[in-house]
Amino acid sequence: MVAAMPPNAATGFSETQPHRGAVLDVSSVSHAFELHGRPLSVLDRINFHVEPGEFVALLGPSGCGKSTLLRLVAGLEPPSAGQLSMDGRHIEGPDPSRVVVFQDPTLYPWRTVWRNVALGLEARNLLRHRREAVDDALRLVGLASFANAYPHQLSGGMAQRAALARALVNDPMLLILDEPFGQLDSLTRIAMQAELVSLWQRSSLTALLVTHDVEEALLLAGRVIVLSDRPARIRAEVVNSQPYPRHRGDPRLVELRREVFAHLGLDDSW
Amino acid sequence: MTPSALSRSANPPMAAFRLLSATTWRSCIRGLVGAAAWLTAAWVTAFWPDRPDTDWAYTGTLSAIFAACAVAVACISLAGIGSGTLRRLRRSAPWLLALALFFLAWEAATAKYGLLPLPFFPPPQAILEVMIDDWARLSDSIFASLLLLAGGVALGGSAGFLVGVAIGWSRAVGYWIHPVLRFIGPLPATAWLPLAFFIFPSSHSASTFLIALATGFPVTVLTWSGIASVNSAYYDIARTLGARPSFLVLKVAIPAAMPHVFVGLFMGLGNSFAVLVVAEMLGVKSGLGWYLQWAQGWAAYANMYAALFIMAAVCSGLVTLLFRLRDRLLSWQRGLLRW
Repeated sequence: MVAAMPPNAATGFSETQPHRGAVLDVSSVSHAFELHGRPLSVLDRINFHVEPGEFVALLGPSGCGKSTLLRLVAGLEPPSAGQLSMDGRHIEGPDPSRVVVFQDPTLYPWRTVWRNVALGLEARNLLRHRREAVDDALRLVGLASFANAYPHQLSGGMAQRAALARALVNDPMLLILDEPFGQLDSLTRIAMQAELVSLWQRSSLTALLVTHDVEEALLLAGRVIVLSDRPARIRAEVVNSQPYPRHRGDPRLVELRREVFAHLGLDDSW
Repeated sequence: MTPSALSRSANPPMAAFRLLSATTWRSCIRGLVGAAAWLTAAWVTAFWPDRPDTDWAYTGTLSAIFAACAVAVACISLAGIGSGTLRRLRRSAPWLLALALFFLAWEAATAKYGLLPLPFFPPPQAILEVMIDDWARLSDSIFASLLLLAGGVALGGSAGFLVGVAIGWSRAVGYWIHPVLRFIGPLPATAWLPLAFFIFPSSHSASTFLIALATGFPVTVLTWSGIASVNSAYYDIARTLGARPSFLVLKVAIPAAMPHVFVGLFMGLGNSFAVLVVAEMLGVKSGLGWYLQWAQGWAAYANMYAALFIMAAVCSGLVTLLFRLRDRLLSWQRGLLRW
């Protein structure tokens, strides 16, 4: 996938680029952990399909197994049963075309921001020819002036932005977001949500977001897949075709939020 | 206009000058007190009569050194604001004063009044005499000790590091080496000494082995625990970005474990000093440990104090060097933790 790219593609966020988002297929995936010698089922026959360039949110109560599902999509673990494939190819292990932004930015504290962002290129021996890609990614997330800072010198929002740049510099086709704004204060979170949407709109990549925040899911995603409690099953799919940028107070969004809460069994408390 | 209003209306530069001169004055006075103490030590050494039955060489030299200290302390404190080094020196003014008083008391209690019994408590000029007259032998000993130490620490440190990484990384290696480490590791390296002197062809190689053993154990354990405690999310990140296992070891596990490795090196270095001295006392025919033993044979107590002083200076110098190296290599830790 990397070899197929034009030699000077920086982060690939030019409007002229062809559609590069990936198709994701999750078919009857079940997963179980061993807990005290007994299997603990976390995912139960999950089925969904993501179109190229689509922004899909997986929404569910905390501890329902949605992060596990992301780990399976990322290829960090194989599923107990079922199949995952990207662009028709079976997912067998991690691949830089599918990058994950975790809840915790987990930047390497011994590397500067620049070298953290360069991590993926360095791991694949591509850094020598694509140093500008790192600079571009840093500029994209607004951290160009912090290239030589160490992670402990960054605020939470800046660290998460650096983690986003570290993912984007690899020209992913599928961006996997595991509650990426969960640890940010609410003001930073609102700003970063807007940034993420505009970033996704300018690119053509497919985005898969895991969250337990109904508002965040509806604000960002075109389709919200609502999961049940553990073991997670798909309860419902809510399509949100509102144009971007979306506003929290939009009556249509309020309506959808009520619908999603109903699917989660929380309509009484709403 | 009242007098207080008048003084308040004094122009600001004057006030600033007065403020500045107040701190400068305090530092000057402190420095001058220190210088006076050193001068007193010099004067006492030179002009008070020694105990009648003794005859120390280098009394004049010692007095000159004390006088030089007095001049240096005075210069430091009178040199104005000055740069960082000067300011740090000035902050040690209380210590410089205490040192002067210590030497003064020592000189008075030994050479002048003989309150402490000879030959166990020689005066400072006797130790100075050893350092000057026996310098050739002492420097040879320092060199021999450093050579032996360098070989052993380098060997033990690198072997410990490699074994630690291997145990931390590979479950199979851990299965076989961990029990051995647990059984043999706590054994003091000096316990191997009699055996090592028989098995190895020379006492030098035997001592190198023992020092390596003493250094290697803490380095191994700490490296291993460092590798084992690496945040597993670091690996997840690297794997999703396309890292191969070699990258995970060299660019993720090892850098993340480096703070632990340095703790291990610090502990290993401390162990190595102990083994070095014991090995030199019992088998090796050179080095500072051997010098101590040799001086004891002659009941040359001044030589022993001199050797001890040099040993302390060398050991603390090496530890400082290690800390400097760590601060340089792990500068990213600044603001994260301290030990």
